[in-house]
Amino acid sequence: METLHFRFDAGSRPLPGAPQLVGVVSSGNLEVLIEPAALNGGCEIEVRTAANGFGATWEAVMRDFHARWQLMDTRICINDMGATPAVVSLRLDQAVESVTGGPP
Amino acid sequence: MSSYLELSARQRIPHIFDAGSFEEFLPPGARIVSPHLAQLDAPVSFDDGVVVGRGLLDDQVVFGAAQEGGFMGGAVGEVHGAKLVGMLRRAVDEGAYAVLLLLESGGVRLHEANAGLIAVSEVMRAILDVRAAGIPVIVAVGGANGCFGGMGIAARCANTVIMSEEGRLAMSGPEVIETANGVEEFDSKDRALVWRTTGGKHRYLLGDCQVLVADDTDALRAAAIAAMANVRDGAALTLEGLQAEQAMLEQRIRDFGDAADPLDVWRRLGVPEPAAVPMLEADAFLAMAAQYRAGPGIGEN
Repeated sequence: METLHFRFDAGSRPLPGAPQLVGVVSSGNLEVLIEPAALNGGCEIEVRTAANGFGATWEAVMRDFHARWQLMDTRICINDMGATPAVVSLRLDQAVESVTGGPP
Repeated sequence: MSSYLELSARQRIPHIFDAGSFEEFLPPGARIVSPHLAQLDAPVSFDDGVVVGRGLLDDQVVFGAAQEGGFMGGAVGEVHGAKLVGMLRRAVDEGAYAVLLLLESGGVRLHEANAGLIAVSEVMRAILDVRAAGIPVIVAVGGANGCFGGMGIAARCANTVIMSEEGRLAMSGPEVIETANGVEEFDSKDRALVWRTTGGKHRYLLGDCQVLVADDTDALRAAAIAAMANVRDGAALTLEGLQAEQAMLEQRIRDFGDAADPLDVWRRLGVPEPAAVPMLEADAFLAMAAQYRAGPGIGEN
């Protein structure tokens, strides 16, 4: 297992509503817990992944995610069992949409 | 018509309970995760693979749970089991109208060894305590992972078991039997055999499940509502009920103990075309099965 931390500042969209969990921790899949949190405007993401050594890939996927959504004061926690980058991106979008009710 | 099988545990809840009524206990945000998996450096889940809480079912206060088959096959660890037990005890404390368990589990989570074994036995005891309080316990089995091991036993501690055709219910799973007794005894890769032996239709014909429905969330919900009403009086386990169950099981051994395949069992029950049973749609199957089913089990009140 490997734990990765990311923080993005300069987001502009606070998260409305209650925490949500999407996805399942199964092979090639992941769960994403998203919740509003007072983080001085930041968006913090913690990833616990079963696939070691993919930090650079995770960072690229998280940067793309932040560019799409520009979230602020949001905490995201991920339990991953080897999901591919495309699956991770889709789950992250699903997580935000489950709170906001739609695409950006 | 929407498939129950295809949904995750978390998605099933709003389909089965009255929309928007379910209040989850220890939601994922509470992060009550398995301490054992963390020690083994294995992935954890924020809900430890089970959703528990209280909602409305047809406007009645019903406590419930849904196991996530995708996370470690729905296996029961210490936290997972404790969440089930806590929900069941609270159902007694708060005088629930009924308890509805959406089960999908391979049984004990072997990573957690004795803690998992104890957890499952506590779940069984808690189910019987709910029944002793006069509260019906309804189990639904319709997930891809079936309901096996200790949770298979727990399911049969309920008043009513509802299954879909695709649902499976048994003690040892197919791979376990093959590993322990050899492929000649049971070929776990023979999917038709696996479903004939553990699937909803066989369980219905033998009387191990009381209700069979198609793989449809509306049908499962309707069956759960009907089941709650049907066992309103007499939810508790009784000595007479246990003795009747024992007699039924003894009779089953006498009648079918030497049968090598469920097809033989169905033939002896009088089913006219046993080989055609697996292909029947739910409605056609129920119409056919009505006159050939074995006697009702302990759950049927």
